[in-house]
Amino acid sequence: MYQIVRRQQLQSNIVLMDIKAPRVAKECLPGQFIIAKMDEFGERIPLTICDYDREKETVTIVVQTIGAGTERMMDLKEGDFLMDFVGPLGCPSELCLEKNLEETRKKKIVFIGGGLGTAPVYPQVKWLHEHGIDADVIIGYRNKDLLFYEEEMRSVAGNLYVTTDDGSYGFHGNGCQQLQALVDEGKKYDLCVSIGPMIMMKFVCLLTKELGIPTIVSMNPIMVDGTGMCGACRLVVDGKVKFACVDGPEFDGHLVDFDQAMKRMQQYKSEEGRAKLAYEEGDTHHGGCGHCGGDK
Amino acid sequence: MDGFVRVPVREQEPKVRATNFEEVCYGYNEEEAVAEASRCLNCKNPLCVQGCPVSINIPAFIAQVKEGNFEAAYQIISESSALPAICGRVCPQESQCEGKCIRGIKGEAIAIGKLERFVADWAREHGIKPKKAEGSNGHKVAVIGSGPAGLTCAGDLAKLGYDVTIFEALHQAGGVLSYGIPEFRLPKDKVVAAEVENVKSLGVKIETNVVIGKSVKIDELMAEEGFEAVFIGSGAGLPRFMGIPGEQANGVFSANEFLTRNNLMKAFKEGYETPISHGKKVVVVGGGNVAMDAARTALRLGAEVHIVYRRGEEELPARKEEVHHAKEEGIIFDLLQNPTEILVDENGWVKGIRIIKMELGEPDESGRRSPVEIPGSEYDIECDTVIMSLGTSPNPLISSTTEGLETNRRKCIVADETNGQTSKCAVFAGGDAVTGAATVILAMGAGKAAAKGIHEYLSNK
Repeated sequence: MYQIVRRQQLQSNIVLMDIKAPRVAKECLPGQFIIAKMDEFGERIPLTICDYDREKETVTIVVQTIGAGTERMMDLKEGDFLMDFVGPLGCPSELCLEKNLEETRKKKIVFIGGGLGTAPVYPQVKWLHEHGIDADVIIGYRNKDLLFYEEEMRSVAGNLYVTTDDGSYGFHGNGCQQLQALVDEGKKYDLCVSIGPMIMMKFVCLLTKELGIPTIVSMNPIMVDGTGMCGACRLVVDGKVKFACVDGPEFDGHLVDFDQAMKRMQQYKSEEGRAKLAYEEGDTHHGGCGHCGGDK
Repeated sequence: MDGFVRVPVREQEPKVRATNFEEVCYGYNEEEAVAEASRCLNCKNPLCVQGCPVSINIPAFIAQVKEGNFEAAYQIISESSALPAICGRVCPQESQCEGKCIRGIKGEAIAIGKLERFVADWAREHGIKPKKAEGSNGHKVAVIGSGPAGLTCAGDLAKLGYDVTIFEALHQAGGVLSYGIPEFRLPKDKVVAAEVENVKSLGVKIETNVVIGKSVKIDELMAEEGFEAVFIGSGAGLPRFMGIPGEQANGVFSANEFLTRNNLMKAFKEGYETPISHGKKVVVVGGGNVAMDAARTALRLGAEVHIVYRRGEEELPARKEEVHHAKEEGIIFDLLQNPTEILVDENGWVKGIRIIKMELGEPDESGRRSPVEIPGSEYDIECDTVIMSLGTSPNPLISSTTEGLETNRRKCIVADETNGQTSKCAVFAGGDAVTGAATVILAMGAGKAAAKGIHEYLSNK
């Protein structure tokens, strides 16, 4: 059993939790994920690690209600337990490895996080900041009310750019438009890291390909075991089949077949589920965030 | 009874069981077991024991059954096997113990598997546990994976007094017994959980949710957590696909995914949140036990199911009983046929599968006649789900994170067959991680050999 030692409501449907998980907290690195299962009946839900504290032996996750499982998880309180919590899974971000530090220092990096994807951007930016590298960060939301993690991000980012689709806060537009604006102003980037809904990462990649900026994306397909056993998370990268859970979750965004990946996210969506999402997300619903999606 | 024919075993009616997940076979009752045991000739040189990968003293336990001493029979089996209720249900007896039975020459072999199952079930129902070690010898051994290899190795070591901890990557112990083999063939709560409890009753600890190579590495287990030896029984995890067009379409699953959703995550049961595809017409590709399990699961979820296999009936690698049960239940076998393409609709979902007919050519390395395509014989089967059951290969998570652990070109860990010793000091391995996908009982045999190897290694240290 894994205790929720801190719980913070970030938004009406987004909750942050610090989970006591000594083995995960000891080994994890930015870019990796965990799988949580709240009780006997729950699904195995993959969630990207958003922060960790090796001394307190805690791992931070951010959960958004997507399906029945995440909705029930919202009801858990501080002090409650998750039945299962396993990780760290997947490969760490190449950027956040000591052995690559020298290479990384030479690069001007921009992060683009969208919606819930803001949260897993944070540990990478924080790790870089702690190693003396300040990266620019763009975080995008639909509107001001959905904003979260702004202060945390500002404390570790070089320059922070907040965007809202409706212009209610920060830059009026999305992450792509903000990046284009920065490049137009004369900013130069050697690397882009984008985490968010698949549809957003797809458009970021289309833009950065045009701009000639190599781009890393973090893929969040449907998963079951998270250790390479089921093959549910398979996706096509550079014409080859890869398993996001063991080969990823980070990939060269310019080589990912996003259209295929987005279709696969539909696999277990019922008609009812689709209707619920369409209702809740309004015109911003692109159908690209499957039952475990949207967490990055 | 003239002794040439075995006592028939009661089963659920095919038409009824095709719509539920209850166990197919009811097993023997006491009278039936005694009657069947009475057919045993109690050979002086029992060939059945040679056919058993864990060398159970078969004539001795059957002799006890014959006398009605079921507890004594159980303790005899327990000396050699930690998981008799499981083996009695899933071992390919026809090619092992029963295949060697003298009775089989002129009639039907003794139903050794059914008797083993009876004894184990009887012991469970009467609260009889395997005998525990007298005391601990203080040596710590780590076992990776709680499948048949790991449970057997852990059980044997615990009986010798070792302090054993099993690390399991999933949230539940049992490995393939939990995620792979379906409820109707191997009941989870009644049989698997009970046998796991028996292993725990020997003093074995099981830590779930630990992925060795990710949560902690083998070297750390030894350097920081005080384990003096490690057994790797991590299984053959990675599903194979065919590499044909359309394989990424929605509605194409590996048998591993389909079965894990159903068995481990209990998607078939009311109240569990994990979804599963309820296809209307399902094509399962492959002819092994896993293919039969996937097909019969899809059938129970309401589908018409075809098994497409590239060789003929004789070559089906599945247990005979599984093929027989599948046919009884209405699974359609499309043999000597092979998919060439999965047909996909405009929204990315499976709408059919293109099949080419095959004929058998010359025998290949494995001695089986290899199938050859018949040109121009393609046709399409309309379907909404395709399940690929083509075998698995070992997961590289451990071999890639453990320095000095040698693997072969198939990514299998190299280990000595007789004692499980790998290229790395104090590290042993066995089961599918070493051999590639095989059977429960072969994995148990390897776990047993490794337990002996570890005991010898630590005794001489």
